[in-house]
Amino acid sequence: MEEVSNMSADSTTTGALKRTPLYDQHKELGARLVEFAGWEMPVQYSGVIEEHRAVRERAGLFDVSHMGEFTCVGEGALDFLQSMVPNDVAKLTENQALYTQLCYPDGGTVDDLLIYHTGANGNTNEYMLVVNAGTTEKDWTWFTEHAAGREGVALTNVSGQTGLIALQGPRAEAILQSLTETPLGEIIYYHSLLGAVAGISCRISRTGYTGEDGFELYSAWDDAPALWDALLSAGAPHGLLPAGLGARDTLRLEAGYCLYGHELTDEISPLEAGLGWTVKLNKGVDVLGREALLAQKTNGMLRKLVGVKLLDRGVPREGYPILRAGEQIGALTSGTMLPTVGIAAGMGYVAPADAQPDAEIAVEIRGKAVPATFAPLPFYKRGH
Amino acid sequence: MTKTKTDQPGDLKYAETHEWARVEGTQATIGISDYAQDELGDVVFLDLPWDEAGSRELKSGERFGDIESVKATSELFIPLSGKIVRVNEALRDKPELVNGDPYGEGWMLVIELSDPAETEKLMDAGAYTAFLETSGH
Repeated sequence: MEEVSNMSADSTTTGALKRTPLYDQHKELGARLVEFAGWEMPVQYSGVIEEHRAVRERAGLFDVSHMGEFTCVGEGALDFLQSMVPNDVAKLTENQALYTQLCYPDGGTVDDLLIYHTGANGNTNEYMLVVNAGTTEKDWTWFTEHAAGREGVALTNVSGQTGLIALQGPRAEAILQSLTETPLGEIIYYHSLLGAVAGISCRISRTGYTGEDGFELYSAWDDAPALWDALLSAGAPHGLLPAGLGARDTLRLEAGYCLYGHELTDEISPLEAGLGWTVKLNKGVDVLGREALLAQKTNGMLRKLVGVKLLDRGVPREGYPILRAGEQIGALTSGTMLPTVGIAAGMGYVAPADAQPDAEIAVEIRGKAVPATFAPLPFYKRGH
Repeated sequence: MTKTKTDQPGDLKYAETHEWARVEGTQATIGISDYAQDELGDVVFLDLPWDEAGSRELKSGERFGDIESVKATSELFIPLSGKIVRVNEALRDKPELVNGDPYGEGWMLVIELSDPAETEKLMDAGAYTAFLETSGH
């Protein structure tokens, strides 16, 4: 037996691996640890499918402390961020979060990120930026280079001081409410509040990457283990399971979320990735990449993100060709057997003209053309 | 890597690529080891030579199929040469049998051995256990 292809959760880098504050917890829980973006991370505890189902039906607990966090503070912080990301940061009210990207001048994507408005004092605004683990250093360089010479912008990389735990699933609110006096019902989607969970100060954010209701908790790095332990204990009666990067990937894929390095890359723009709803080119700011993105809107795009579902047996994976009449028209960027919807499916890119809903297509799996069809994204919607 | 203890029954022979063979007379049953299924995680699909029983000859070391877990695709290699006699039809609809019972219901092929002497080249349970320990598994 020899591995020939694997899913998005596995990657290889060299050098010493970094560990999150929850490394000992993962060892204790018997997690299978793998290398991911330079970090030693749990890919699974009890099994990907079991953890995936726990999140869809009850709750799951994820360590995402490997993600990067920067603060951006000052009188010039809003103007600076407006010039860096295509979404409209000016619309954010205090404690609100925004999903957006960083783009190169040619429209390709540096990274995708969340921006939280964490405070205002007169003309001074404070923001927290949450970026992908594998791109933290690249993003830090990108931000600091563009901030050089600007007045009133103080950037700080707080990745090493910030723990991040995601509690996701239909029982997430009940579990978390048992540990906090913060009225969770008042935190709506993509909003947050500062509070205490099990006595530990954290930013409680109603966000996630699973397609379920849930929260992400930003704490001090050193407080993460006590927070994790309290959540695991409080969640046990609700059927909460610790969940690894494997389930995180199958859950986000079912929910149709892009993963940087797969659906979004240096070469792929957010418009091509179907994220046009986050690209506000008329916000009155000459944001990086604006011209290229405008041209894509006006002249059309090179590629379009599509969902692809196999009609026969097999498992689609990243890199597999998408065929029509025996000719390659595109390739998959992610794929696996989706546990909740029970289909073998993935996402990939084809030319917009080739994305005809009723086209007869196939996915080439190691030399064999397996019949497939385009499928609307997302594959899974909560409550359906 | 995981420190989960895996099981290596004493009546089987093992290949370095983690397939096992149970030799009975002139035939051998083939599957993958407990260690291999544990490494793969949830098995969701097997591509086995379903329609080639009675017709296809395999040379030892030849790829006879693919196994897909949620996480990864791996190729399967036949540890001994022989003609395919039977393929485990149950794995078409229940690939998870490979996780639940890798040495029993999770078997994959039965072959008619063309060179029984090859069996000597495979590891016994003790050698395979030592192989798992020393090769960083």
